[in-house]
Amino acid sequence: MGADVNRGNRPLSPHLQIYRKQLNSGMSIFHRITGVAIGGAMLLVVSWFIAASSHPKAFDTVDGLLTSWIGGLILLLAMAAFWYHFFNGIRHLVWDTGSGFELGEIHKSGIYVLAATAVATVITWIVALV
Amino acid sequence: MSYRTDRQRVQGLGVAHTGVEHWWVQRVYAAALIPLTVLFIFPFARALGSGWEAARAVYASPFNAIIAMLFFLAAFNHMRLGLQDIIEDYVHQKTIRTVLLVLNVCGCWALALIGIFAVARIAFTA
Repeated sequence: MGADVNRGNRPLSPHLQIYRKQLNSGMSIFHRITGVAIGGAMLLVVSWFIAASSHPKAFDTVDGLLTSWIGGLILLLAMAAFWYHFFNGIRHLVWDTGSGFELGEIHKSGIYVLAATAVATVITWIVALV
Repeated sequence: MSYRTDRQRVQGLGVAHTGVEHWWVQRVYAAALIPLTVLFIFPFARALGSGWEAARAVYASPFNAIIAMLFFLAAFNHMRLGLQDIIEDYVHQKTIRTVLLVLNVCGCWALALIGIFAVARIAFTA
């Protein structure tokens, strides 16, 4: 420890792996993971725009890749990751105002985020297909 | 006896050695991205797989083009701040950490400008 504070001869707080798995901690780390995943998907989005700005052949290659079954699967997962990060991000912004911190509220808002993610992902997918 | 206050002793000892501005700007981008992502994602989902002409026609619309540019600007800055947090939290080796932090700034700004340039090129040539 940097600061020489007398911490006493007390037990250390339990290590991370000792805690029971719970929705809140899982959703917290998932926010980070989805954030990084969206960053990866943004590389695909930008390459699509580069292709669309250059010439039809390049566009057909990139667009074809992104609408193939594997590209589609990646985009579907990216879409789910995005909506999760979107709704959980709003949840974070609400917390930043100092509200919604009661244990029951936190659990409930977590469920709402998961439900909203599922609904929004399906809606976006339908828009993309029609 | 030391004349240094407790605050002065601990200032800059957090993982990032700095604080509130990063936190605050990250929230501003987050809030901006709430409307921008929604306005970006649906035209993009429509343009995807619709063919060269139709896809470019979507971004020939000034509204869609400007939204896409603002989206890239906000999203890649939000990403830069978020990745910076992650690097600061998990990478402790000083040299690697510094290199990654610099690459993060360069990469995110490059992606933002490449994306904006591409949208502008479509908008002006479609």
